[in-house]
Amino acid sequence: MGTADTLDVAIWRGAREGEYVTYSVPARANQTVLDVVTYVQRHLEPTLAYRFACRVGVCGSCAMSVNGVPRWTCRTHIDKVAKDRRLRVGPLRNLPVIKDLTTDMRPFFRKWQRAQGYFRAGQGRRDGFARVRPDSEARRQADAGIECINCAVCYAACDVVAWNQDYLGPAALNRAWTLINDCRDGAANERLRAVAGDAGCHACHSHQSCVEYCPMELNPTAAIAGLKRAVLKRTLKGAL
Amino acid sequence: MSARVQTWLWIVQRASALVLAVVVAIHLATMVYVIHGGLSAGQILARTRGSVAWLVVYGSFVTAAAVHAPIGLRPVLSEWSPLPPRAIDATALIFALLLAVLGWRAVLGLYV
Repeated sequence: MGTADTLDVAIWRGAREGEYVTYSVPARANQTVLDVVTYVQRHLEPTLAYRFACRVGVCGSCAMSVNGVPRWTCRTHIDKVAKDRRLRVGPLRNLPVIKDLTTDMRPFFRKWQRAQGYFRAGQGRRDGFARVRPDSEARRQADAGIECINCAVCYAACDVVAWNQDYLGPAALNRAWTLINDCRDGAANERLRAVAGDAGCHACHSHQSCVEYCPMELNPTAAIAGLKRAVLKRTLKGAL
Repeated sequence: MSARVQTWLWIVQRASALVLAVVVAIHLATMVYVIHGGLSAGQILARTRGSVAWLVVYGSFVTAAAVHAPIGLRPVLSEWSPLPPRAIDATALIFALLLAVLGWRAVLGLYV
């Protein structure tokens, strides 16, 4: 345990093979986990690899496993997670580790593409403006999931991702659901085909770890349930 | 197996769950009644033999169970066992046939 002035911080060093190495870091008021990792890299271990950009909870780059829980480290205060002045920081689960705290995010973003998590215009420039009422059900459903910052915390938290390598995961499915609710998008059937089945929305067990750990407090489980309903309706109509 | 077939399996599993919700309730109520009433095996058979109503209840019970359980077995095996997808589907199919044969044998035993 760290003294009153220090924290004991165990940080993963290595890639797939490696070990936790403990560093003693000065305890300060209003310190985040990212501050602590940065201190270690600047003062104690210059070869430590980690990823961050904005430091204000917008870019989604700095997610790590903190005391076994996936978190955005720039907005996680030490007071909240290291009450006994101990901290264990590792790379996110369910992604290959490149080095130390840096994971290879490619599988995560490839699945985003596979779920067709990108806008495909249903109208051309000569068509009129789409009228989207702010209080319409579809707009509210899209709003509920649109603030995702692609940090992969939900992907690391999800047990189904750990068990089923092909599973698209909460973030990609949440994105697909926001697009299904975008009336300007013209690829709903293709997208629903892409997210249906054993590797898609039907694999979700509704454990809700994604809901529990999402730093933006989104509800991907509800989005996945929405996809299941949409796939059901269109399959019964013979559209898929 | 295509995503389309997997989607249909999911739909059929939900539909069979709806059937099970009803027939399991009937089954449990019947069991409580039978035990409290102290009916003998002979008295039970006297009620079920030739009864189309009981044939429908227990026939739909075993059919729904034979459909529902093997579909649920697929993800369990895929997530918790090292079996490849084809072996999992084959196992689920054999399990379905086993449940259907044993179940219908019991149902016909009550009816005939």
